[in-house]
Amino acid sequence: MLDLGPHASFILAAYGVTAVAIAGLVLVTVGDDLKQRNLLAALERQGIRRRSAAKSTAETPTTPGTERPSAKKPASKRKTTPRPRKRKTPS
Amino acid sequence: MISLANPTRFLSLVGAVVPWLTAVVVILLGTGLYLSFFVAPPDYQQGETVRIMFIHVPAAWLALFGYTLIAIAALGTLIWRHPLADVAAKTAAPIGATFTFIALVTGSLWGKPMWGTYWVWDARLTSVLVLFLLYLGLIALWQAIEEPGRAGRAAAILALVGGVNVPIIKFSVDWWNTLHQPASVFRPDGPTIDPSLLTPLFVMAAAFTALFVLLHLIAMRAEILRRRVRALQQTQVARAAMAEA
Amino acid sequence: MSAALALLVRDVKLAWREGGAVGVALGFYLIVIVIIPLGLGPNLNLLARIAPGILWVGLLLAALLSAGRIFESDYEDGTLDVMATGPLPLPIVAGAKCLAHWVATGIPLVLLAPVLGLLLNLPLGAFPSLALAMLAGTPAVSFIAGIGASLTLGLRRSGLLLALLVVPLYVPILIFGVSSVTPYVSGPNSLWQPLLILCALSLASIVLAPFAAAAALRNALR
Repeated sequence: MLDLGPHASFILAAYGVTAVAIAGLVLVTVGDDLKQRNLLAALERQGIRRRSAAKSTAETPTTPGTERPSAKKPASKRKTTPRPRKRKTPS
Repeated sequence: MISLANPTRFLSLVGAVVPWLTAVVVILLGTGLYLSFFVAPPDYQQGETVRIMFIHVPAAWLALFGYTLIAIAALGTLIWRHPLADVAAKTAAPIGATFTFIALVTGSLWGKPMWGTYWVWDARLTSVLVLFLLYLGLIALWQAIEEPGRAGRAAAILALVGGVNVPIIKFSVDWWNTLHQPASVFRPDGPTIDPSLLTPLFVMAAAFTALFVLLHLIAMRAEILRRRVRALQQTQVARAAMAEA
Repeated sequence: MSAALALLVRDVKLAWREGGAVGVALGFYLIVIVIIPLGLGPNLNLLARIAPGILWVGLLLAALLSAGRIFESDYEDGTLDVMATGPLPLPIVAGAKCLAHWVATGIPLVLLAPVLGLLLNLPLGAFPSLALAMLAGTPAVSFIAGIGASLTLGLRRSGLLLALLVVPLYVPILIFGVSSVTPYVSGPNSLWQPLLILCALSLASIVLAPFAAAAALRNALR
């Protein structure tokens, strides 16, 4: 191998820690992504779909986090608005 | 930005970009590591340990890049109410925190042979440590608030307050550091950076940046899907309740 | 204007009347200053050297302890909702409450600090600069604590989270606060510089923090 000098252990330790940290980050990120995709696929297999999943082209650009469960509103068409809907007090 | 506001369109963009971005990251990392170990000459002052600079400095750059990204996303959440802004902010925080951690640890491991101690309250290290705490605060706030909308806005406010403070913190730490004369004269990046050292540095920086963007996109996709899953699970529960009623 | 003043007076009276928060903060400050010499040994020279730092750190920790209460009790009984929809702009409400924290808790801590300085063998010559520096810096402490309190309103474990969020923001106050007192800085001129910066930090916090806190309060009240 190449000679890394008297402080070789520090250099290797630095690269080693970096490799472990990045590997950990990659595993957690990709793992989470796979998990969510699997969960979504499982739910869709059970027949529970998003309202707009049926319409492939006319997608409404709403924040997913503010969607209410679709059981309450069977087949309503939502207006396309980029703003989140919940706003009780004017800011 | 406006065209990317549609989550579904964003998801398909991510799906298209991830494969070739992964290839870019692998190529850049491979090239960077090769240059760092086999091409870059040892520094006349620091010897071989200058190779630590090739991860330490890019990691520090990415730490700041991450926080800047979060601050801009915070503006997106609070001012323009961009639908994906809080997703961008939430997912960037752990990635930025990891790079900050890498900067701190590699800086410490660089410091031991250079300054004789693992930790030095050098102005730069201290500022990066405080930046790490800011990241931890953001992550903790995201975890603590359950409703995503409220969490996004609170984290955005915190990010902006922290962002205003980052230059002040940097200035105060520099001030503090000049009061207590540093023990050694060495600066972490050497007297001047020779071009033969600059190339590996920039390649590694490009590699880290590409890696950040790649992981960020994947994490954003995961977060969007997580919210959809949660919404659908609520549907599932509601339907079961209605079926029983 | 008088409504804001009335709110300020009300909050100060509540803080003092409850007896809990202010007394606890003062007691905690005392405890911190007592256990540090117990941990470090009774070497008076060492204690004198680190006294400014410890006095400031203890003050910040004690202030953090009481910070959660700035908005909490009004949030819990719904008064904050009334205030948010009332005639006073929410930033003024937030500002008045932070100012009340400073008057009710911050100033007593500042008054206690020189007494505790005696325990740490702080040189008598440093007392005036300590008091001045703390008076200049504690408004920033209270107003930044207000930002933390409004962000963590109603959350579980909000006390710990508040400390985590606010401590990085306290770093400049701590650094300049200690620099205003430390006897190492030679000459009166250099003592003024950090003091003036402390004043600037406090003034900036007084002006800016209420807006951030109001935004966070509105967020929490939705």
